[in-house]
Amino acid sequence: MAGEPDLDVAYVAKLARLNLSAEETRLFQKQLGEVLKYAEKLKEIDVTGVEAAAHGVPIFNVFREDEPRDCFTAQQALSNAPRQANNLFIVPKVVE
Amino acid sequence: MTRSELPALSIAELRPLLCRREVSPREVLEALEERINAVDGKIGAYLSRDFDAAAVEAEKADINLPLGGIPVAIKDIINVAGQPCTCASKILRGYRAPYNATAIERLRAAGAIPFGKTNLDEFAMGSSTENSSAQLTRNPWDLSRVRGGSSGGSAAAVAVDAAFGALGTDTGGSIRQPAALSGIVGVKPSYGRVSRYGLTAFASSLDQVGSLTKTVRDSALIMNAIAGPDPCDTTCLNAPVPDYAAELGRGLKDMRLGLPKEYMIEGIDSAVRQAVDAAVKHLSSLGAEIVDVSLPHTDYAISVYYILATAEASANLARFDGVRYGYRAENPTDLLDFYGRTREEGFGAEVKRRIILGTYVLSSGYYDAYYLRAQKVRELIRRDFEQAFAKVDALVSPTSPTPAFKIGEKTSDPLQMYLADIFTNAGNLAGICGISLPCGFARSESGRPLPIGLQFLGKALDEARIFEIAYAYEQSTEWHKARPSLNDQSIVGK
Repeated sequence: MAGEPDLDVAYVAKLARLNLSAEETRLFQKQLGEVLKYAEKLKEIDVTGVEAAAHGVPIFNVFREDEPRDCFTAQQALSNAPRQANNLFIVPKVVE
Repeated sequence: MTRSELPALSIAELRPLLCRREVSPREVLEALEERINAVDGKIGAYLSRDFDAAAVEAEKADINLPLGGIPVAIKDIINVAGQPCTCASKILRGYRAPYNATAIERLRAAGAIPFGKTNLDEFAMGSSTENSSAQLTRNPWDLSRVRGGSSGGSAAAVAVDAAFGALGTDTGGSIRQPAALSGIVGVKPSYGRVSRYGLTAFASSLDQVGSLTKTVRDSALIMNAIAGPDPCDTTCLNAPVPDYAAELGRGLKDMRLGLPKEYMIEGIDSAVRQAVDAAVKHLSSLGAEIVDVSLPHTDYAISVYYILATAEASANLARFDGVRYGYRAENPTDLLDFYGRTREEGFGAEVKRRIILGTYVLSSGYYDAYYLRAQKVRELIRRDFEQAFAKVDALVSPTSPTPAFKIGEKTSDPLQMYLADIFTNAGNLAGICGISLPCGFARSESGRPLPIGLQFLGKALDEARIFEIAYAYEQSTEWHKARPSLNDQSIVGK
């Protein structure tokens, strides 16, 4: 976390597959710059030797019996599809 | 008791009437529907309700079950089969849940009737319910003020007797803060106490399903129903569930309560400070020993929270790509345009802001500096609580630094909005449990009473203890009996 945050909102938006208007890009650049500047205070802390906590309650490797259970029918899985046909999701053509 | 008086009852008051057959589940449901129709135009709590289906459930309700015949409102981010689940987002407009969340299955197994879905900040991201794409939810204590968030619809419904109880979700304070601003009881269970299966994920390591109710006992009754392990959620803890309601009433003798010195910061509203000071004195008079404790990393919790929560959100919301469900942009030029525009057109501003922040802190070159470092500081925050709970049974603090703020006051300044969660989100980071209940009133400039919330934090899986403390406080004060008056208020401005 060296120096000023160098967030490039337009670039990150591409990574996130999220189009933004020019106005949103400008606004987020300013607002998130402030949030990141506020978060700079995390630099103050010595975290040497501290383990990263992915959860507040550490639990690992939970298993359950491998038993068949009820699952969605194709109709249920498709029930909210923007477009569907022949028990399949229909999407626009994306390869030539 | 006339039918119009029924909605004002608590669940614990209503249950004996049902058991003695003095009222039927059908009558209860109809009385509630009338109340909702009378008040929801002003409040905007509900996004959808299905009274026809609920009436069928009411007809066959088994009133011998612990919540038999009790209608319960559900935050519109928890899936109820056959009902809409929009997460207050345009991207899920028209979505109908194909299955029940485990918490819903459990409520139904206890006899409750999940009849309607309540408003929220889009995908539970916010502290005021102003980020809903659907509608504004107003604070019934002052209609020009926010309801708190993100479980604002659930809090609003309970506060105006338009729900007997409700489910919400709390990722950084989203049950406790709206409960505080509404003068009701809100419970965030320990991480893993309630299954998250069927909850549309915002931040998976922080989200918990919990209750919003008129009284502490009602929250204990709902927790009895929804808590417990679930094979569908591996993060749900395999720990026995005590009868939270049966254990109430033992009092505060020998109870040690910690007052975190870092929570009495500059910037707390003076009325909030006075109310909490008075509440602490009162707890002491009830027999609790008050002990000063320190949570040294408090000042870093907001930063850690917004890095981790947005990182997890950016990954969770990747599923909204326009393919299998939800909104899809028309006439894409190519695949990137298909994704990019679907998400641009489907998500609102705060959700986009958090996706950008979360993607940034996870991106190559910044992961170590932000995400990994935040996880390490999260561990330090967790240890702060562990050390505090070695000395005390629970912690006491304000729930929110201020009473309800004005609609629109903080929407242009996300950082200020994020700071509204300053006393709540460390609890989510540490995975511990918390409860907020009413402890007094501030006054708006026009003299309207604005509720203040008192928070108790307990160690993981120690819900029974914070219920006990909250119950002792509630039963020896009158705050929980106050109700907002809607008749002398009309909606002014936007």
